[in-house]
Amino acid sequence: MLNSPGESLKERESFEKIQSYFKKSKEKKTSGFLNKILGNNNLGDIIFERLTLLFAVLVFSLVIFMGWEMYSHSVLSIKQFGLNFLVNSTWDPAITQVFGALPMIFGTIVSSLIGLIIAVPLGLSVAVFLSELAPAWLEKPLSFLTELLAGIPSVIYGLWGIFVLVPWLRDVVEPFLQNEFPNSPFFQGAPYGYGMLAAGLILSIMVLPIISSISRDILKSVPDAQREAAYALGATRWEVTKIVLSNARSGLLGAIMLGFGRAIGETMAVTMVIGNRAGISASLFDPSYTMASVLANEFTEATTDLYLNALIELALVLFIITILINMLAHLLVWSTERKWK
Amino acid sequence: MKINEQIDISAIVEENIQPQMASKISVKDLSAFFGKTKVLKNISIELPEKKVVAIIGPSGCGKSTFLRSINRMHEVVGGTITGNIFLDGEDIMKLDPVYLRRKIGMVFQKPNPFPTMSIFNNVVAGLKLNGFRNRKALKEIVEKSLKAAALWDEVKDNLNDSGANISGGQQQRLCIARTIAVNPDVILMDEPASALDPISTAKIEELIFELKKDFTIIIVTHNMQQAARVSDYTAFFYMGELVEYSDTKKMFTAPDKKQTEDYITGRFG
Amino acid sequence: MEVKNKTISFNYFRRKATNILMLFVSFSAAVITIIPLILIFYYTIAQGIAHLNIDFFTKLPTPVGESGGGMVNAIVGTLILIAIGGGIGIPVGIMTGTYLSEFGKNKFGALVRFLTDVLSGVPSIVVGVVAYTLVVIPMKHFSALAGGVALAILMIPTITRTTEEMIKLVPHSYREAGLALGIPKWKTTVMIVLKTAWKGIATGILLGLSRAAGETAPLLFTALGNRFWSTNVFQPIASLTVYIYEYSTAPFKDWNDQAWTAALVLILLISLLSLIFRIITRSKYKT
Repeated sequence: MLNSPGESLKERESFEKIQSYFKKSKEKKTSGFLNKILGNNNLGDIIFERLTLLFAVLVFSLVIFMGWEMYSHSVLSIKQFGLNFLVNSTWDPAITQVFGALPMIFGTIVSSLIGLIIAVPLGLSVAVFLSELAPAWLEKPLSFLTELLAGIPSVIYGLWGIFVLVPWLRDVVEPFLQNEFPNSPFFQGAPYGYGMLAAGLILSIMVLPIISSISRDILKSVPDAQREAAYALGATRWEVTKIVLSNARSGLLGAIMLGFGRAIGETMAVTMVIGNRAGISASLFDPSYTMASVLANEFTEATTDLYLNALIELALVLFIITILINMLAHLLVWSTERKWK
Repeated sequence: MKINEQIDISAIVEENIQPQMASKISVKDLSAFFGKTKVLKNISIELPEKKVVAIIGPSGCGKSTFLRSINRMHEVVGGTITGNIFLDGEDIMKLDPVYLRRKIGMVFQKPNPFPTMSIFNNVVAGLKLNGFRNRKALKEIVEKSLKAAALWDEVKDNLNDSGANISGGQQQRLCIARTIAVNPDVILMDEPASALDPISTAKIEELIFELKKDFTIIIVTHNMQQAARVSDYTAFFYMGELVEYSDTKKMFTAPDKKQTEDYITGRFG
Repeated sequence: MEVKNKTISFNYFRRKATNILMLFVSFSAAVITIIPLILIFYYTIAQGIAHLNIDFFTKLPTPVGESGGGMVNAIVGTLILIAIGGGIGIPVGIMTGTYLSEFGKNKFGALVRFLTDVLSGVPSIVVGVVAYTLVVIPMKHFSALAGGVALAILMIPTITRTTEEMIKLVPHSYREAGLALGIPKWKTTVMIVLKTAWKGIATGILLGLSRAAGETAPLLFTALGNRFWSTNVFQPIASLTVYIYEYSTAPFKDWNDQAWTAALVLILLISLLSLIFRIITRSKYKT
């Protein structure tokens, strides 16, 4: 059926060709230096490994190099101001050339915290809904929509902020808040719309999908056995969810920190709605400034070396803060996800 | 005592193999390790040319590791070996593993045709990716390999379809064709039919019978009926040791060892 | 006995009620999350479509005070920028991802994996600053190249991690099959494993590219912007996102309107990109 009698598969012409081809390629290896490089299979493996390693080293050094690059371009400012840079609240590029980043650090942290105060409860609820409570047919489209939210370019958030969110705050929300709480220090000053409140709100929309999708993944990594054990004891769905949440809490903390890291570094949307004026004020209606928005606004206008150095130092500070937050956050997320692997 | 047994077995083997049959692969004192665990213990065995040797034994007896060490595939999963394996008198540990694997092909338990390649390209993957580009010869080889794997009539009209879209039995025969195409001397089969339905299994068994005209075949199987049907010689492995190795007919009718008899008659394993 | 029963049933109803309440709360949260998404899409489409015309795709921006004009330079500029970014970022990402999955089961691999994750959290404006010190300062002027370098750095983490994850999803049996056919290890990795994982890797690349297309901050002081036609990579170049920023913060109604149109075009461009990518990478075979 397969081979006509007397004719072996291996004796056929085409297979002989293979035999001679492989023989040649085997012989090639033993002669000549170049052939040795091209024909030696082990050498190919070694070159391939070294080549990929080279790129891995490149990525590894990139992070360190970025820090070094910013440090070396901000030496002027570091030497001039030292640690005062972080605690001085004067930012005066025009006349005295004194640069203190405190108002920007304040603005960055406060706007991010406002964002988190809104986004954390919402984001965690969405994560719980998606991983624990939602029926399967709803989970997929909802996850898709929240991820779509994360994919919208920052500048489009800003655009929407300027023309939709800010007018709404100015005409509706801020007058309402001022009427309701006339003595609150948080709602003082003229309601312009632009300011800390707008920045915080837009940040909350932007970090929400990050917090919810990472938290959802973390909750999903909790093994079903834990849920089943609780159900078997007669727990309701919410009670089971509480157990799952408490088991995943360090990972959830990591997710929140990743959201925080993102909020701190967020540039365009914040720059477009925060009002861009250095100053420390309790009122959420007042304009403010963040480290990222200073860079966005002033970088191309830096006329003196010291000014440019100060801006790059600001970037360095931002870099270090976000690196630390991200490191901690990833360690927390990893440790939780690994616990069940 | 155990060492004595080993010697006894090889003595039997020597007797059993017909004198005109050259030994294709000869294994001397082979031990295999994963980390510190010794999974094969001092195996010595002669595998004759153009015959089918079946390796049987309960799961975990080391039969798969034995098979893999013959073409150094144990290295891929992190194993190490001591002792020697000779292919036509050459020590395989001194050969380039890539060259060795062209001489000793392997068919796996689960059919694994490359999903991104057509049936045609699956068959000649081992040639094309090694730079063999003679178009005319490739076409010829595809036809002959598929014919040899008894798959040609079923797929000849859709050679450009994906190799992953045919049935499981066809996929396994495609994998056999792919192995044949490289023109090896030996084909190792690691439970090639265990994932297949009875009809596909029968086809593979028929195929093995045909293939031994051209190739030396070593097949690991947990199915004793299969071993009895397809093989000329059978080796029984237990706990990493070669317990008995003899002519298949003799093995299944009058085994020398009590352990073999117990296993074959289904008393354990 | 009776009292006890009562507490049990009271408890039971309280627990049931909490359960339903929490279900409702979490569902509402999901709805609230979706509202901004709908609003943003609604406004972008409604406002953007009003000034969407052929001119927008064929003409250059007009000077202040002159209405009309388009952003053809910015559309082309954005494409050039992501092409430069992808040209650098894709090979680096794929090679690093390959290293991590093939050889990265050691401490160095874990460190690179960790730093890649950390890099993905570095603000894009900081990456812009690095690209400025790295490219703009030595070249002494802003350039598309500098913008592309910034975008490349931003793409690397996404592409690296997707490559690694996708390679890990390829069943070990394909690798074994390749090796058993006498194909060298590196060829097995490239021609069989990477090829099998390609579709997933392509998704990661697409994600990286579309994020890059939406980046503004790292371009502000690298690619800068350009009101004229330029395809020279050593000169400043226009981009849709920088235009959206400038036009939306400018005090001219005209420009504000065009900012919305630019936003719509940007979203369309990103969608088109993903469509084209999907067609290109559609494998011949359904797996």
